[in-house]
Amino acid sequence: MNSVWDKVQAGRRLSREDGLLLFETDDLLGLGRMADHAKTAREGDRVYFVLNRYISPTNVCVLSCAFCGFARKKGEAGAFEYTVEDIVGMVSDEVREVHIVGGHHPDWPFEYYERVIAGLHAARPAVQIKAFTAAEIDYFWRRWKIEPPEALARLKAAGLQTMPGGGAEIFSPRVAKLLRYAGKADGDRWCEIHGIAHSLGIRTNATMLYGHVETLAERVDHLLRLREQQDRSGGFLTFIALPYQVGTTKLVPRSTPPADNLRTIAAARLLLDNFPHVEAYWVLLGQETASVALHFGADDVNGTLEDERVQHMAGAETPAGLAREQLFRIIRDAGKIPVERDALYNVVRVWDREGVAA
Amino acid sequence: MIENIESIREKVLNGKRLDRAEGRWLLADAPLLELGALAAEARFARFPEKVVTFVIDSNPNYTNVCITDCQFCAFYRKPGDPEAYTLTVEEVLAKIESAASRGATTVLLQGGHNPALPLDYYTTLVRETRRRFPEVTPHFFTASEIRTVAQVSNLTVGDVLDRLWEAGQRTLPGGGAEVLSARVRRRIEPKKGGPDTWLEVHREAHRRGFKSTATMMYGHVEETDDLLEHLDVIRELQDLFGGFTAFVPWSFKPGNTLLEKWIKHPKGPNTYLRMLAVARLYLDNFPHVQASWFSEGKRTGQIALHFGADDWGGTLLEENVHKAADFVNTIGVEEIVTLIREAGFTPAQRTTEYQILRRY
Repeated sequence: MNSVWDKVQAGRRLSREDGLLLFETDDLLGLGRMADHAKTAREGDRVYFVLNRYISPTNVCVLSCAFCGFARKKGEAGAFEYTVEDIVGMVSDEVREVHIVGGHHPDWPFEYYERVIAGLHAARPAVQIKAFTAAEIDYFWRRWKIEPPEALARLKAAGLQTMPGGGAEIFSPRVAKLLRYAGKADGDRWCEIHGIAHSLGIRTNATMLYGHVETLAERVDHLLRLREQQDRSGGFLTFIALPYQVGTTKLVPRSTPPADNLRTIAAARLLLDNFPHVEAYWVLLGQETASVALHFGADDVNGTLEDERVQHMAGAETPAGLAREQLFRIIRDAGKIPVERDALYNVVRVWDREGVAA
Repeated sequence: MIENIESIREKVLNGKRLDRAEGRWLLADAPLLELGALAAEARFARFPEKVVTFVIDSNPNYTNVCITDCQFCAFYRKPGDPEAYTLTVEEVLAKIESAASRGATTVLLQGGHNPALPLDYYTTLVRETRRRFPEVTPHFFTASEIRTVAQVSNLTVGDVLDRLWEAGQRTLPGGGAEVLSARVRRRIEPKKGGPDTWLEVHREAHRRGFKSTATMMYGHVEETDDLLEHLDVIRELQDLFGGFTAFVPWSFKPGNTLLEKWIKHPKGPNTYLRMLAVARLYLDNFPHVQASWFSEGKRTGQIALHFGADDWGGTLLEENVHKAADFVNTIGVEEIVTLIREAGFTPAQRTTEYQILRRY
């Protein structure tokens, strides 16, 4: 670990071997200290959050990914399909960002998605729209033969501002086959679509779904793939590690433990030296681990999340709709400064440690 | 002026005692992970094996009647309250039997300060537990209960402890310490007496050969120096007799208490990890530091094992005090074993006095 520490202090890039070491070391707190060093050098004591709302237009999905407890078939009990009006009605003026991700619907035309964005943008012009994963953009091509550059340009024209980082899962053909997600955008395609978005001026996020059947080497390779893409296109804002939720799909007996979540966040902060931000997503980590993760390299806790059906139907334990006060507690318990941001990480307001606007 | 952890690290690794200024810096300013790593180093210097112990235990209560009106307590009822209860000796023994039948080796029995109960009630509970359930250690009665018994029986604390010893008791739980600072105790528990009422009972107990634990409930009205005062006085007492087995801190839970009006939320996981790690370093004469999965959550409990804790606490088959503050958490042996293993340690079942019974 000493050679890794030398590199981190010198700001030199870590290798694949270094990455494996980070995931395999017994020295969890030593790893955390290195990640904290990297985070603090970038952001000091600042930790970001956003007032946001998650919306899924539908959970109807043509895919049957083995890790997903959210998707339903058309007509199946629990399946839902919202109209544009439904969706507009869910968004209040109080939120700054709306995050829209849904199933791969068998029938909805691309124009429906365009209308969702345009309708929301017209009704709530001050709310920034973050919508559709690369997997969904790829599906628009698979289903309707709309090329990603066209799809993204049209969505951008309708009012889309950023893209979420979902649908990446683990960039491993082995795991994709095993968990039956080989039918969606693979690593090359996922990265290609994010590169296209970046070239159109659409900033995006990146994720990794871990804690199921992947190997540690597959995690490292996934992160390095993201780092390469960021070198090429430069438009990623934040990386979000998504621990697999056992819920109803039960690929493994138990969710991965907090030490593994802290380790993954720390390793991501150190390997993704070209990513501005690394997030501790409290809904999946739980508030306690998310708070501790602010010492392990994370500089963002996501947001108030008024609804998060995808993760909840998969069995996430955390109560939906954590208020801003609760985010303050997560951030302040770690001794950090809450910074309210927008979807593009523009600073809306710096709060002091007592949660008062500074 | 302390600028970094190196000077503290040197003292710790050379077996030198930390002073108040160093403790203050660790509690207020030290980088959390550097502090945690040093606490883990101190823990492994004492217990080189990656073993984490736990106990199968239960915490029933014999009465909720209490005349002390502590502001942090959601459990007690005044005498005559419709929800007040006091169990008979046989009713308590039925609870102990139930715990014993589920494998408990420790029963931590505590209750309110009920002036209607005679000394004989307490000694009978100990004697009958020893007689009927030899596998169970009666880990009964916190300091303030023993003081109450002494008062109502016109005996000294030492006399009461002698009677309990004769009945077969060998350990005392460490509850009721809260924060051992006169200022804090005046504010939140004015009728429970200053720090010395707690310390005297433990001092007299240790003098007689009892073992006990020391607890701390933080996160209400205390300042950093109050916490250091607490750590100082228990460290001093431990120097005299070595009677403390473990230090057990937890965060105050405001639900349904008088303090809830001012303090809405418990302190979070980082505060807890810091407290544990500081305790491991500052309490250089305490063998064990307990990670309280029960009060801080299982995730924080697992993380705490990397911050100097070497014990997981117990199963708490029954618990009513936190429950009264709307704080509920449950666990079984199988889950404890899994959680300890997940954190990278070997689980081992222990007794009340930290003798290992079985490794998993």
